[in-house]
Amino acid sequence: MVRPDTFHEVRAHLADLTDEQLEAKFWELSNKVVEPLVELARTHTSPSIERSVLMRMGIDSRTCVAVVAECEKRGLLGHGVGHVVYICMQEWKCDAPEAARRLAEGDGWEIVDAKWGGAR
Amino acid sequence: MSDRLPPLDPNVKLDVEALLDGLEDYRPRRHGWTWRKQVPGQKMYEFTYHETSEPVERSIPLPAAHYFENIDPQPDCVITTEIASGRPEDDIRRMRMAAWHGADHIMVIRTAGQSHIDGLLEGTPEGVGGIAVTRKQCRLSRRALDLIEDEVGRPINYHSYVSGVAGPEIAVMFAEEGVNGAHQDPQYNVLYRNINMYRSFVDAAVAKHVMAAAGILQIDGAHNANATAVKAWKVMPELLVQHAINCAYSVAVGMPKENIALSTVPPDAAPAPCMRMDLPYAIALRDLFGEYKMRAQQNTRYMESDGRDATVSHVMNLMISRLTSADIQSTITPDEGRNVPWHYNNVAAVDTAKQSLLGMDGLREMVKVDRENPELKSRVREIKERAVLFLEAMLKDGGYFAGVEDAYFVDSGEYPETNDDGIARCSDGGVAEGTIVPRADDYMAPVCHHFGENHLPEGFRGRAFEEDAPCDLIGGCTLCYDTKVPFIDELDPTDNAVMRLMQTADDREKGLIRPEVEWAGDGIVAVTMFLPAGERVAEAAALELGKAMNLTDCEVIHKRVMHPAEGTHLELKGRLDVAIDPAKLVIPEPPEVLSDEEIREFVHDHNLRVVAATVGNDEHSVGMREIIDIKHGGLEKWSFGVTYLGTSVPIEKVLDAAIEHAASAVLISTIITHGDMHRIQMEKLADLATEKGVRDKLLLIAGGTQVTDELAREWGMDAGFGRRTKGLDVASFIVKTMRERGL
Repeated sequence: MVRPDTFHEVRAHLADLTDEQLEAKFWELSNKVVEPLVELARTHTSPSIERSVLMRMGIDSRTCVAVVAECEKRGLLGHGVGHVVYICMQEWKCDAPEAARRLAEGDGWEIVDAKWGGAR
Repeated sequence: MSDRLPPLDPNVKLDVEALLDGLEDYRPRRHGWTWRKQVPGQKMYEFTYHETSEPVERSIPLPAAHYFENIDPQPDCVITTEIASGRPEDDIRRMRMAAWHGADHIMVIRTAGQSHIDGLLEGTPEGVGGIAVTRKQCRLSRRALDLIEDEVGRPINYHSYVSGVAGPEIAVMFAEEGVNGAHQDPQYNVLYRNINMYRSFVDAAVAKHVMAAAGILQIDGAHNANATAVKAWKVMPELLVQHAINCAYSVAVGMPKENIALSTVPPDAAPAPCMRMDLPYAIALRDLFGEYKMRAQQNTRYMESDGRDATVSHVMNLMISRLTSADIQSTITPDEGRNVPWHYNNVAAVDTAKQSLLGMDGLREMVKVDRENPELKSRVREIKERAVLFLEAMLKDGGYFAGVEDAYFVDSGEYPETNDDGIARCSDGGVAEGTIVPRADDYMAPVCHHFGENHLPEGFRGRAFEEDAPCDLIGGCTLCYDTKVPFIDELDPTDNAVMRLMQTADDREKGLIRPEVEWAGDGIVAVTMFLPAGERVAEAAALELGKAMNLTDCEVIHKRVMHPAEGTHLELKGRLDVAIDPAKLVIPEPPEVLSDEEIREFVHDHNLRVVAATVGNDEHSVGMREIIDIKHGGLEKWSFGVTYLGTSVPIEKVLDAAIEHAASAVLISTIITHGDMHRIQMEKLADLATEKGVRDKLLLIAGGTQVTDELAREWGMDAGFGRRTKGLDVASFIVKTMRERGL
């Protein structure tokens, strides 16, 4: 949409605000803009987020890619890929890098299926 | 940990191979950002500074510093240099040079295309317009910077980008590797990289939360709107909105305000009356964002290939910084308008910032912005109101995502004016569309510093809740236990730093010298020329001249018409495939100077007298005064009898005075070289001395800015002295030569 500069017509409701009030309004609106964005982020995850979880579990980047890709394929991202690795760690009594390595090689998916009911 | 490598020796090059060796065990010795330590009222030489920080131990001061005992005051704000050679092994050498000139924030630009790579890159592949940011590259840079910061004596912040589709992973890697600062702004992904908007914001929350945990300073991406806008002065309201969205979002996901910096640029450049246009914007911004840090960037939007033009723009940008505020002063290299920055242009940009900030030290106490000036006052208010109107309309139209779909951003109209030319993105489009997933009721991530819903078992919410840390579930995460950080060396057996270094190994072993601007041994030189021809003819002629100089790959990198018919100034770059062996160079030894006692004793014993004058039609007296006056450490200091005849003195008069005073030496100064005046004066002095039969009894010495010892001797003198000569050099020469000649 092309619109000429209507600044002087549309600013009437701001004209009587003090500078402090105007600045407060600026921040109130900014916070309102980001509110739903924060909520979206709080309740969602992504492949990169899940790989970042595995990284923090001490797993190297290539293994992170492999395990997250498999979980994505199986519709498991929503449970947390760190969660998937954690279940296998408990089952195998091993550390996270070892569990992820085995998952990347194709082991252990039956353990995961048993918990979350198999691939989608 | 402290490195097993020895400290750097200022006279020895960085050992890149040694730095690459053992990186798998190298760990950063600190995390988080470091500010300079302010020293109010700092005294240096005869000056008092109001806006400087703790001095460094080693550095290269500004060119004129030798007049002021070589002081090198460091401004109060952090100074940034952006490095983009494309090869990490060359980047680190440039970092060292920049650090010596005053940079303590090294920002490494990423290779083109990394934003769209879904995952981490590893190893040291070569990049385009920047490096592939990888763990090994970060570790190499941080390891080099640890040594460099010890060499200069000031902490150096290392910085890169947490953007693209792998933001959370890069944030974790940066946290693990001690990266100190990073750009993070999901709006950058959406607008300029066309990455799906939902994915960008979801990823950003996790990335920012991890950055906060590691104390990484965040810089936003709003300056890109300025660099992209059709008319940069019209995006000011939107810039405020973009800054606010990233700031508000960052705070909401757990980042402290003191770690959030706004990337702000004076949007305009001359011939626009840019400072009058940009100052109100700078003030509006600082009014609204007083709790945040300011990273003052320099204008790139109107940057051309002219380094002089860019430097003047940047000095005006620096004046805005000094009149308002800057916590970090960023620099743009003056050659960015023509090519990927070259080594010495990083240094030039850092010097420009240091020089300008020091030159304007404390200026704001005397020159204050007049907040009551009607134009300024109304414009500051107007920009804020326009930003509020932007936010109100965006909320009314459905919020941020709807606003992006409606092309609210980077429109060339000043809001509420619109020209329907903004960047529009679809919420169901872009790179990595459809990749976010709702977290299920049992979503769990057994690690620390994870943003968002996380259904941890009871008792593992972390120390803040007086419970175990989430990572206690798995025996510790990498953010709590540094030893758990994995390392991948190289994935590509050919495209890596070690293989590239092998290509230049021969040069290094033999110590051969090749010109370079970007990479070791690249052979690039730049030639400046004026050609008496119009633009098109001059460009074609310059390329031919380059060939005649044995340059290959010639390219005209800058041209400016002096007059349509009279001529064009050009800068030409080309490759020169020549290596010089320094062992084969004949380099004259610098003259040795004698001790004060030795000189004083000889002068006393021989009752030495000299006659001095500036000769010809030349009124310059400063140089000669420096050589003879006692207050400048000149010849009088050792009790030489000095007769100074003044300026524009005829040669005959100089010799007559020398004979009359029974002088042992004649000192002539000749600054003017027009028409070879300096040569003519020297030859005349030598001839006349011979004619009068005093040549053997007199030392004839010439000095001047364009004089060299070699030339002066060729023209009949006993010695010549150029720039930066001290009285001690001349006194030592007189005493040594008289001894040698038994005078």
